[in-house]
Amino acid sequence: MTYPYYRFPRLGPYALIIWFRNFRVWQKLIGPALVMHFGEPLIYLFGMGFGLGALVGKVDSMPYLTFLASGLVASSAMMTASLEGTYSVYTRMVPQNTYSALMATPIEIDDIMAGEILWCATKSLFSGIAIIIVASLLGAVASWHALWAIPVVFLSALCFSGPAIVIACFSPGYDFFNYYFTLAVTPMFVLGGVFYPVSSLPDFLQVMVNLLPLTHAVDIIRPLIAGTELKNIGLHISVLVIYVLVFYYLAVVLVRRKLIV
Amino acid sequence: MIQQPVIQASNLRKSFGQNAVVKGLSFSVSAGQCFGFLGPNGAGKTTTLRMIEGVSPVSAGELQVFDFKIPQQAKEARRRIGIVPQMDNLDPDFSVIENLRMYGLYFGVQKDILEARIVELLDYMQLSDRANEKPDNLSGGMKRRLTIARALVNDPDLIILDEPTTGLDPQVRHLIWSRLRELVSAGKTLLLTTHYMDEAERLCDELLIIDQGVILEQGKPVDIIQRNVEKEVLEIRGNLHKVREQLITIDGVALEQYGDTLFCYANSLDAIPLQDLEALDLSLLKRTCNLEDVFLRLTGRDLRE
Repeated sequence: MTYPYYRFPRLGPYALIIWFRNFRVWQKLIGPALVMHFGEPLIYLFGMGFGLGALVGKVDSMPYLTFLASGLVASSAMMTASLEGTYSVYTRMVPQNTYSALMATPIEIDDIMAGEILWCATKSLFSGIAIIIVASLLGAVASWHALWAIPVVFLSALCFSGPAIVIACFSPGYDFFNYYFTLAVTPMFVLGGVFYPVSSLPDFLQVMVNLLPLTHAVDIIRPLIAGTELKNIGLHISVLVIYVLVFYYLAVVLVRRKLIV
Repeated sequence: MIQQPVIQASNLRKSFGQNAVVKGLSFSVSAGQCFGFLGPNGAGKTTTLRMIEGVSPVSAGELQVFDFKIPQQAKEARRRIGIVPQMDNLDPDFSVIENLRMYGLYFGVQKDILEARIVELLDYMQLSDRANEKPDNLSGGMKRRLTIARALVNDPDLIILDEPTTGLDPQVRHLIWSRLRELVSAGKTLLLTTHYMDEAERLCDELLIIDQGVILEQGKPVDIIQRNVEKEVLEIRGNLHKVREQLITIDGVALEQYGDTLFCYANSLDAIPLQDLEALDLSLLKRTCNLEDVFLRLTGRDLRE
């Protein structure tokens, strides 16, 4: 008899219970969380936006502060989701045995993974909104249209959560995450159009960078915050959605293979 | 009316690659029974429990819990099961009472029913004054009591306990035993693993002695004892050399040595000249045979890791 490890995930309301569990834990630690969500963008925007902005002037016909702030909204979705999806998910899955406690209830791995990914994205939403607030206080946001960036932050974060959880499944310990952050997250952060337009990269790098999700997240979020024209929105959204679906499925299968033995 | 068994396993097998861990177990657990798996480390006890819980796929054989096929319908079965794992997996981010609340939520227990039940369970497990403490601040015994309380939050019909009192002090063990007996009296079915003979003898209505994935004995503890060992035993420690020669000649006495102790089994120890032995300056202990003797005889004397 072989277990249906590859069965298509079934989604139920239990995912929301997992989300709620994580939310309750987050509530208990809200102080440090808020300092990180608001403190980091404030430092980046002040330091780089004003410091570097004075040298750079306008980029893509917008003030550098706006350019940077919109990029950081996208990259913070990536960072927050990646950190939660690796370190925190691993903690719950392995040392803390939270998943094994959950698997003694009617909750299934399909639900756990959906709840985790939703939670990673929710946490990213907090940091994304924090940056938008800070940026608008600094005058870097064009109009109320910037609020449309919020659902895009959520979608982008969903798409970074799956890969992070996949890494957590393979990981023998916390040190392993250095590979992922150094080889995947940091390259996206530096090359994905957060600090400068992707068009200034050499051609072959542009091709590679366009396969990565962060570039597409930036390409939607930036125009929404800067109030410029949105281009190729269908393409960008599709790339993000494909990442979400593929990696959710992969995460479910890998966690099944890891825990149902 | 004959009640349908709560758990029905036939020719249950489990292998990890080439390594067969459970090699054809058949048993059935009736409702309202305390059923025990007794076996040394590595006997396949935990693996069998994991299969019953539906978190370990069955390699071969049939397994049914209530009316549900396992693992296909494990999710439905788990609604009616409470599980106490060997390793505590309490949620460290939540207090004692929050652990119970979250678990009730996982089972979808209605809020007012849940709150009333939690008050009851905290009291039942003597944890009421610790309700707001985090699990990290609890002793091992309290953690285990909380884990048992947590397993009862969905008012299960079947409670599965993997070595419920391993590593606990005698007071806590007795408290847990009395609680488990009360659960059986209340009509719950219990399935537990243990490698403590006294625990098995005190609690279990029916026992399965397993070793290396196969059943060695099955039945009520008293019957198992009767079938496998003599009525009485004399344990002798000291210089065993001379004694052995002397005792081996006596009819109806079976000798076995485990470690530094010689066990003389007999239906009546009257044939053994106790006065002579006392003169030899040996340490002697005369007692009725129990499960420990059965266990030693069936599983041999090798040390298990």
